[in-house]
Amino acid sequence: MIVASPKSVTELKNLIAPHSKVLFVGCGTCVTVCLAGGEREVGIASYAVRMARKIEGKPIELTQITIERQCENEFIKDMAEPASKAEAIVSFGCGAGVQALAERFPGKPVYPALNTQFLGILEEQAVWTEKCLGCGDCVLAQFGGICPVTRCAKRLLNGPCGGSTETQCEVGDGRPCAWQLIYNRLKGINQLDRLEAIVPPKDWSPSWHGSPRKIVREEHRV
Amino acid sequence: MIQLDREEIATAAPAARWEPRIIAFCCNYCAYAAADLAGSKRMQYPANVRIIHTPCTGKIEVEHILDAFERGIDGVLVAGCLEGGCHFLEGNLRARQHTGRIREILDEIGVGAGRLKMVNLSAAMAPAFVERVEEIVEEVRALGPSPLNPSRQKESAGKP
Repeated sequence: MIVASPKSVTELKNLIAPHSKVLFVGCGTCVTVCLAGGEREVGIASYAVRMARKIEGKPIELTQITIERQCENEFIKDMAEPASKAEAIVSFGCGAGVQALAERFPGKPVYPALNTQFLGILEEQAVWTEKCLGCGDCVLAQFGGICPVTRCAKRLLNGPCGGSTETQCEVGDGRPCAWQLIYNRLKGINQLDRLEAIVPPKDWSPSWHGSPRKIVREEHRV
Repeated sequence: MIQLDREEIATAAPAARWEPRIIAFCCNYCAYAAADLAGSKRMQYPANVRIIHTPCTGKIEVEHILDAFERGIDGVLVAGCLEGGCHFLEGNLRARQHTGRIREILDEIGVGAGRLKMVNLSAAMAPAFVERVEEIVEEVRALGPSPLNPSRQKESAGKP
């Protein structure tokens, strides 16, 4: 899923400083699961911003709605009415959600309430780690299901680098060496011979280095 | 949800003879029973505190506390079981994490972290309950009215 983290109350308050009637929009999918932009987080942020503005002597009228998914027009329709009554919109969705709302409501300023971080998984309660870079050309089969593009600090396709200590990456922060993980995994599934193959330089053109990507699946179009 | 009348707060605590108004969220299994025991033992504690009976401090949502502050309350006390003694195992530990986060928010928006406090008690600790209540009343009295207290809002609105 997409993992995001909330902006500080001060930053959020400053973003909407010129407005006095604002709609806070939560998203019920990824950012709800990562506890950053769901109904509860929208509620807490609303209390905080309303109180801060009241203390400053510039009260603000905030309305809240949380839709199923901000990245689909079908669900954005649900917020058309409250949006029409607001001067500005604050999206608690990922970057895609913010842009989807901005496209759908061309006459309204749309501000982000979150910092979109990465594609990751939940390791334990309230701990998320990055697992996928979205490079557009998946190489996980070669590496036993552990991505060196995302999880090796040097993004080596022919590792390890020799800088790791025991199982730890030399970059630090307690992060494990991705290549140690790959070795352990390939050993566990009897595919260590894969490490003998030289992996050619990766073609980065399907990644975002090329240009913003677009996928059209003709068989599903109507 | 807490039902406080804004006018009642304003009239009961005008700036000249302001008295702190404090809400104590008390866990059913410890602090609420301690408060009850304090009453049975005829122990006196400041009348500034209004007690809200909760099933466990872990069930107190962040919004409940923020709502109280938005309505102009001057301080909030969260009273849960001793660590390791929660009836639901770790509700009081969650409450401590929640209150820590709320204190950060209160500091950031200008209300002040000192207006929110969490304490741990057992059901038998009536004297400790009285002491904790007296402490928070004095601490909040020293801080003055909340910037969101209607009496203070009126006061600042009157200033040029």
